[in-house]
Amino acid sequence: MRMGFLWKTLKNGIFAENPTFKMVLGMCPTLAVTTAAATGAWMGVAVIFVLAMANMVVSLIRDFIPDKIRIPCFVVVIASFVTMADLLLKAYQPDIHAKLGIFVPLIVVNCIILARAETFASKYSVIPSIVDGLGMGLGFTAALTILGSIRELLGAGTIFGFQVMPAAYEPAVVMILPPGGFLTLGFVLGFINLMGKRKKGVC
Amino acid sequence: MTYVTIILTNILISNFILSRFLGICPFLGVSKQVETALGMGLAVTFVTTVASAATYLIQRFILYPNLEYLQTVTFILVIAALVQFVEMVILKSSPTLYQALGVYLPLITTNCVILGVAVINVQESYNFGESVVSGLSAGIGFTLAILLFAGIRERLELIDIPESLEGFPIALISAGLMSIAFFGFQGLFDAFLS
Repeated sequence: MRMGFLWKTLKNGIFAENPTFKMVLGMCPTLAVTTAAATGAWMGVAVIFVLAMANMVVSLIRDFIPDKIRIPCFVVVIASFVTMADLLLKAYQPDIHAKLGIFVPLIVVNCIILARAETFASKYSVIPSIVDGLGMGLGFTAALTILGSIRELLGAGTIFGFQVMPAAYEPAVVMILPPGGFLTLGFVLGFINLMGKRKKGVC
Repeated sequence: MTYVTIILTNILISNFILSRFLGICPFLGVSKQVETALGMGLAVTFVTTVASAATYLIQRFILYPNLEYLQTVTFILVIAALVQFVEMVILKSSPTLYQALGVYLPLITTNCVILGVAVINVQESYNFGESVVSGLSAGIGFTLAILLFAGIRERLELIDIPESLEGFPIALISAGLMSIAFFGFQGLFDAFLS
């Protein structure tokens, strides 16, 4: 397989088509679990696993699925891997599992995964599909970790649990409450738009 | 009393969109006009109610106690079938609404509100009546939030905002402010439970 194509596919998910910042998909977990950097990162890890495995299986069975019932088939494949991720997290990371809560089974309805199955894995062979899943998953993880870090820094003065802000810093608790999720993502998206424009020389 | 608590919690205190972050995709996607938002809200309310009833029965009589690990797979399949049914009904009864909802109609399947409320019902071990009430009020809470948001967005279209904040960023920031407003309902909880 051409390495260049694989590399491009991987980078595509992280930068050009970043599922969170560029495609604005999978908003529910993005907003809900980014109250701290660590929960965001673990959510990302679970999504990388599900995306890569689901893409692999969908790509393997893509020639056998009748076109009309492809979506239910994809959903069953995805749901199986989500169940695995759920049980694995529960067994090895019970604290994180409790913090992510309902959002672990809800990975099933994360639009990123179905979108990749539909637009990529059902058209390409196995290796590129896995790489695409990894790339998209890494892009999602990076986005969640960034958002989680910003919210944790402003809302608790820490990042990954380490004290960063000086002791005199009064944490803005609203940032780790639900409103903070909307505000942070809104301003980060605005910032990315601004940077994009500056690069093109419009600003 | 429990019914009142469930209804108030799902609609106001921890609104499914503004404080539990369930159903953000249609919330941002179908909230450009008040009419389509209302149609979407009603469709979602119907599906959450029926799905809550169906998933309760499945959980109680088929999955419990040995097959609980199949919960995610069965729930999502039941929801997908229900959404297909609602789609056919809307297509027959109101083709204009069908056009307006567009791709977001089949996407109700992947609307986290529906699977979310089904999973929450199981977690809170609600009985049949409570599950249905919980599903109904989740849908009403969704409709309320998306309607208010659509009203705000219709006005945002006419306002001069910084170019880089246009579209999604300003929508998210307004949603954040709405969420702060809904946070005020937290007081209701104390008033009712203490």
